[in-house]
Amino acid sequence: MVELNTVKKSFGDVLAVNGVDAVIREGEFFSLLGPSGCGKTTLLRLIAGFEHPDEGSIVIAGRDMDQVEPNHRPTNMVFQSYAIFPHLNVEENVAYGLKKQNLSREDQRARVNEMLRLVDLEGYNTRPAHALSGGQRQRVALARALIMKPKVLLLDEPLSALDKKLREQMQVELRNLQRTVGITFILVTHDQEEALTMSDRIAVMFYGKIAQLATPQVLYKRPLDKRIASFIGIMNFMEGTLKSVTEKGIEIDAGPLGTMTISPDQMPIPLQPGDVSIGIRPEMLTILFSSSDKAEIEITGTVTDTAYYGDMTYYEIAVEGLEREVSVSMRNTAGRRVLDIGETTRLGLGRESLLLLS
Amino acid sequence: MTGAPRYLTIFVGVYLVFLYAPVLLLPLFAFNDSAVIAFPLKGFTFRWFEGLAGESTLLVALKNSLIVGISASVLSTCFGVLAARAAARYDFLGKKPIMSFLMLPLVLPEIIVGVSLLIVLVQLGIELNVWTVILGHVLICMPFSIAILLSAFNNMDKFLEEASLDLGATRRETFFRVILPLVMPGLISSLLIGFTLSLDEFIIAFFLTGTEPTLPVYIWSQLRFPSKLPGVMALGFIMLVLSLILLTLGEYYRKKSAALVGSGSSEIRNG
Amino acid sequence: MKDWFTRESRSGLKLVAGPFGFSLLLLAAPLLMMLLLSFWTQNYLDLDRTLSFANYEEAWTHPVYRMLMQRSLVISILVTLCTVILAFPMAYFISFYGGKRKSLWLFLITIPFWTSYLLRIFMWKIILGYNGVLNSTLQWLSVIEEPLTFILYNANAVVLSLAHAWAPFAILPIFVSLEKIDRSLLEAARDLGDTAFQRFIRITLPLAMPGIVAASLIIFIPTIGDYITPKLVGGTDGLMIANMIQVQFSKANNAPLGAALAVSAMLIVGMIAACFVFFNRRYLRSQS
Repeated sequence: MVELNTVKKSFGDVLAVNGVDAVIREGEFFSLLGPSGCGKTTLLRLIAGFEHPDEGSIVIAGRDMDQVEPNHRPTNMVFQSYAIFPHLNVEENVAYGLKKQNLSREDQRARVNEMLRLVDLEGYNTRPAHALSGGQRQRVALARALIMKPKVLLLDEPLSALDKKLREQMQVELRNLQRTVGITFILVTHDQEEALTMSDRIAVMFYGKIAQLATPQVLYKRPLDKRIASFIGIMNFMEGTLKSVTEKGIEIDAGPLGTMTISPDQMPIPLQPGDVSIGIRPEMLTILFSSSDKAEIEITGTVTDTAYYGDMTYYEIAVEGLEREVSVSMRNTAGRRVLDIGETTRLGLGRESLLLLS
Repeated sequence: MTGAPRYLTIFVGVYLVFLYAPVLLLPLFAFNDSAVIAFPLKGFTFRWFEGLAGESTLLVALKNSLIVGISASVLSTCFGVLAARAAARYDFLGKKPIMSFLMLPLVLPEIIVGVSLLIVLVQLGIELNVWTVILGHVLICMPFSIAILLSAFNNMDKFLEEASLDLGATRRETFFRVILPLVMPGLISSLLIGFTLSLDEFIIAFFLTGTEPTLPVYIWSQLRFPSKLPGVMALGFIMLVLSLILLTLGEYYRKKSAALVGSGSSEIRNG
Repeated sequence: MKDWFTRESRSGLKLVAGPFGFSLLLLAAPLLMMLLLSFWTQNYLDLDRTLSFANYEEAWTHPVYRMLMQRSLVISILVTLCTVILAFPMAYFISFYGGKRKSLWLFLITIPFWTSYLLRIFMWKIILGYNGVLNSTLQWLSVIEEPLTFILYNANAVVLSLAHAWAPFAILPIFVSLEKIDRSLLEAARDLGDTAFQRFIRITLPLAMPGIVAASLIIFIPTIGDYITPKLVGGTDGLMIANMIQVQFSKANNAPLGAALAVSAMLIVGMIAACFVFFNRRYLRSQS
């Protein structure tokens, strides 16, 4: 549906988008994820037509968008500030783009009501813009864009202005909305949890380039490098050595964890023998509470910090031979106790949890 | 007003009397039944107001003032819209010096503006009339228009225009459907304030008017005739009331402009 | 070079061309013309266009003009001082004790000034006159026997009238500066042992300085060129340079000299204003 071909865009001396190639499929929920300044918003605005690329091309629904103005593109955008017209009410806002179509009053009203139902704002037609809450404004922005029946809906950090509870609720609603309507959504966000929850595929961007484009699972389980791995979720890193790569597997020396052979898919990018970073997610480490608990690899450590989140507890554990503390997360299941700071405990993990990254 | 030290409160009281003294005397003598502007007061009368209606020169001056006031405020508002939009939305070469120069009449003594314009007009052999006054007034009203409209444009969420385009509108449609309505209160405020400024302006009018005096110039010419003074008081009172109404309206619209345009981007964090 | 004519720059310049062109034509050009005229000389009915400093020589050496210039300067400085000093406590009152009704207070302050400037000055003439309001009241209260004569038709009257006329222009900028002062600074100082007077000198005054400077400039610069007030209440001892400039352009028929006087006045005012701002910056820097 949307093809980005080596798109480049600079503002003065700043290279905001530095050669982006990607294909976004029809009907998918696609996210552009990255830290501030990585170029994701610029890229979105390039797709919308508010900026023009210096190099490269953008093709939407088979049409090259070179020289095509935003008001003629098959895209519509939900702005970060929602940009609801303050001097109009809800109905007038939602129906704004329909003016050209010269619909009869009844037809327009019907379309508006259909949209309001979709975003759960039925009956709000005459509410003035200034009387809306943040969440309501967002829905109006959605309705206003979707009523235009765009081929692609662009969302610029739509949830960043909402508080946590509302954000989580809207994430689910947006996902469902996209499934119901069936069109391509392209979402820009810096919140990796948000991207993971809602998207079919995610493009992680750093410094104007796409570092990895994959499904949430692949991105989480098999990040291509350290930068991506630490941006998505929490990752423990330790120093190790890659000894050799053979048909049998990959030989590594994982310090206090011992030497072992791991499978080739635990090395996302081919690396040379030598120093390497080994990553492991906190949930892959288990606290072995009783002596009868066993694991493939066992190490011992002392708890230096705990953080209680209600459903989970995160521990920082100092392990002999490892430079940094290890983050471990444990679900607070019934009967399971929480360790105190200073307690020594055994940690267990399986070798399939290790990732070799550079 | 709690907590103010005694001496300060007394000072404020005296200062307020000082501020209001000349103004309060105006209605006093406008309704005073005496041909002399002095105490003691001699009774209440409307005759000075009635007398005004008969003064033909006054009516002519009034007509001129209206023409000048309306033209000057409309022109200065138009220029103000252009300059304010440019300053609020674009960054262009020489922006700072250009904008500073446009605001210059605020700090120049009016006599300088009047005199320099007079020089040019005389050199060019142009006859002094209502239009020369209008030109001078536009110069001094422009900074006010620009200031008011700049505030209005700056308060407008810049993404509103993009949203309008995104939804299919042309630039022209965006101007009429989004920008103009949101800036309208500022426009009205600028028109009202420009009109009031022009109505009261004396020096430039004095220098640049030919045989078509404006109201202040007319008043000036009357001040040396003691018999005309009560009539002048009555006129002044009418102008005071008119200014009050216009400026209150102007302030109302300015506040409305700020509220309307500003509220579009405030967040309320509760679903 | 490329940056100068970006799309954005061109759009901005296109928009501002109208107003700017108007100002160039009707403000810059005339000002330059006035400058040029000041270097020409008027020989009775003929205008001699050879450039010379004759007018400036006369403006700066002739005792009458020097005296007028000096008097205008002194009056302007006095007016600025009086207005700002009187306005400050008022602004202070509104900012620190105005509570919820600050806008109402500001509104109240500005109402008197919606009357015609001309009429307001004229009213001062009524108030200060020999048989005027002030004298009649004081006599009626038996405070004085004979009417006071030093209050009208001289420089005093000019200063008083102008101090009244400029009041809101002083109160408002000072008020804005005072509002910006973080009240917790004053509380912290109090906490650390400063008396009210010390707090005022060390915190309030320096932080209000931008407002005071703004007010001073707003008042000082235009006052030099005031015409109405000296003419109405100045008598012969209170006339200022603007009156003389007007005379040159009308009765005396010596526009070039008038232009020279105007330019000289602006020059002096400009220099004084610049010095004032400069020294004030140094004062503020030494405070921080």
